[in-house]
Amino acid sequence: MNTFLDFEKPIAELEGKIKELRHLSDDGELNIVDEVTRLQSKAERLLKQTYSKLTPWQKTLVARHPDRPHFCDYIEALVEDFSPLAGDRAFGEDLAIVGGLGRFRGYSAVIIGHEKGADTEGRVRHNFGMARPEGYRKAVRLMDLAERFCLPVITLVDTPGAYPGIGAEERGQSEAIARAIQKCTDLRVPLISVVVGEGGSGGAIALAAANHVSMLENSVYSVISPEGCASILWRSPDKAQDAADALKLTAQDLHKLAIVDSIIPEPLGGAHRAPEGVIESVGDEIERALRALIGVPGGELRARRREKFMAIGQTGLS
Amino acid sequence: MNWITNSVLPKIQALVGREMPDNLWHKCPACGQMIFHRDLEQNLKVCPECDHHMRMGPIERLAILFDDGQYQTIEIAKTALDPLKFRDRKRYTDRLREAQAKTGRQDAIVVAHGTIGGSPAVVAVFDFAFMGGSMGSAVGEGLVRAAKLAETQNAALIAFPSSGGARMQEGILSLMQMPRSVAAVDKVKDKGLPYIVVLTDPTTGGVTASFAMLGDIHLAEPGAIIGFAGQRVIQETIREQLPDGFQKAEYLREHGMVDAVVPRRDLKQTLGRILGLLMAPGPIAKIVALPQPELVIAPRNDPGTTPADVTETDGASPSG
Repeated sequence: MNTFLDFEKPIAELEGKIKELRHLSDDGELNIVDEVTRLQSKAERLLKQTYSKLTPWQKTLVARHPDRPHFCDYIEALVEDFSPLAGDRAFGEDLAIVGGLGRFRGYSAVIIGHEKGADTEGRVRHNFGMARPEGYRKAVRLMDLAERFCLPVITLVDTPGAYPGIGAEERGQSEAIARAIQKCTDLRVPLISVVVGEGGSGGAIALAAANHVSMLENSVYSVISPEGCASILWRSPDKAQDAADALKLTAQDLHKLAIVDSIIPEPLGGAHRAPEGVIESVGDEIERALRALIGVPGGELRARRREKFMAIGQTGLS
Repeated sequence: MNWITNSVLPKIQALVGREMPDNLWHKCPACGQMIFHRDLEQNLKVCPECDHHMRMGPIERLAILFDDGQYQTIEIAKTALDPLKFRDRKRYTDRLREAQAKTGRQDAIVVAHGTIGGSPAVVAVFDFAFMGGSMGSAVGEGLVRAAKLAETQNAALIAFPSSGGARMQEGILSLMQMPRSVAAVDKVKDKGLPYIVVLTDPTTGGVTASFAMLGDIHLAEPGAIIGFAGQRVIQETIREQLPDGFQKAEYLREHGMVDAVVPRRDLKQTLGRILGLLMAPGPIAKIVALPQPELVIAPRNDPGTTPADVTETDGASPSG
């Protein structure tokens, strides 16, 4: 059963009709092949039309689509011998960020990412991908581990943002994020990030200050959610669509701004319509980036990363 | 008698201007006490009645910080050009222009250098009056320049954040100022120079979650709000009453995030003492840190069959 977004309603109706017809033809002698083919090509045309001109807000919705492949799907398809590692060694385990050792296309690596969860129970367990300080501190611990054993680090970003709660504040949410950013920029091994869904603010950059940053075609990456931005600057959460336009949060805009290095294409209708292919493409892009960084001395990797981020915003000042 | 309040008073006010009682007396936002402006300035903008620390502009702050009140400011980045052509209910360029007119500053940061208690120091102060002290490209540039100046002068770097967080109107570029500022202060720390953060009211969002929480030492002004998420957002998320003193400087000290809460009148002395201890260690043997070995993940021909050929060399070129 597909989950359809609001703006996909006409497509949903068509696809529903096709399904119904197929069902009818199964038990009747009606010959409806022509009708089905006609509807199918119509549905495809509509899908193409809709997805060729998605607004930034619609992309935000696609990026948050509940059926979109998540961290665990990528791990299952791309990583052998994945060995999840838990805990920040200070307070607890936070499943909003999952991480561990694994073998990616022959390379032993540390792989870390936000996990939003696939069903209600999973979403609660993973706190919808909103990490607490323990999540970021675990990420730092795993990056330390990578450095100690000279392993590359791969991160997959998919979070609405860091969790806003009393405990999170008391245990130093901001310090935890700051340390994670620091560890990212400081690493002496390759760090490769892919924004696969939602790149929500500080919670995202905590894992993404990387040598190479890619985004999936329909993913978004932003300093604040369109809803949050709308309620602050427009004083009305209903203006989220305007805020999404203004924030320039799409992969295409961010590529133009030279914040991301590459865009990984998605199948027509979004990653959730053909997850296997998307996951492979993400794997290919990570491998390409990784091969380019293998053999670069650690100090050089760190210096390049620092210089890259220290230059952002240097131009654009009058 | 409406005509008096509506028409006569404004005219008098326009004529007499600054001399009107409005500007002579300040009401303490905490206890409501009326304080004569000269008394307030003399008391470093701290309420003599209840000790509430009011927000302070960057120039007032610099004046009470450096030895003999002597310092030099450096030119910081000029205006951020509106890279996103951002427009909410107002254009970003208009908001910038208004903030510049209001504060007389190009953006929300001032960088100065001089000595504090005899130790050389570069100080970066935020101006909350400039768009809530929000951090965009120009503020990031100011921090980078402050860090570079500290490196070249072998001086300590001291940051006084006072900011609502990242500047939304610069979108992703403002988010990128987080790693940018982190990398900048890290270079100062790598050089063995002290990096001290004095958290002032308020320090929240992307500013707290980057350079402001990475000091060698964190001092905070009494009562300053310091946190990541806004209180309203937290309340809406958890639907619970927030504890007393939540996100205040004293609360952060209790939770281990701040080394000391320092009253404004003691700040200069405290900073001078700490800088002296860190930068003039006295007649002890010089301790040389061990160099870090260079890490290299060596390339190999067939990634499919053999595990990564990992080498640890001492800066030598990678083998294999």
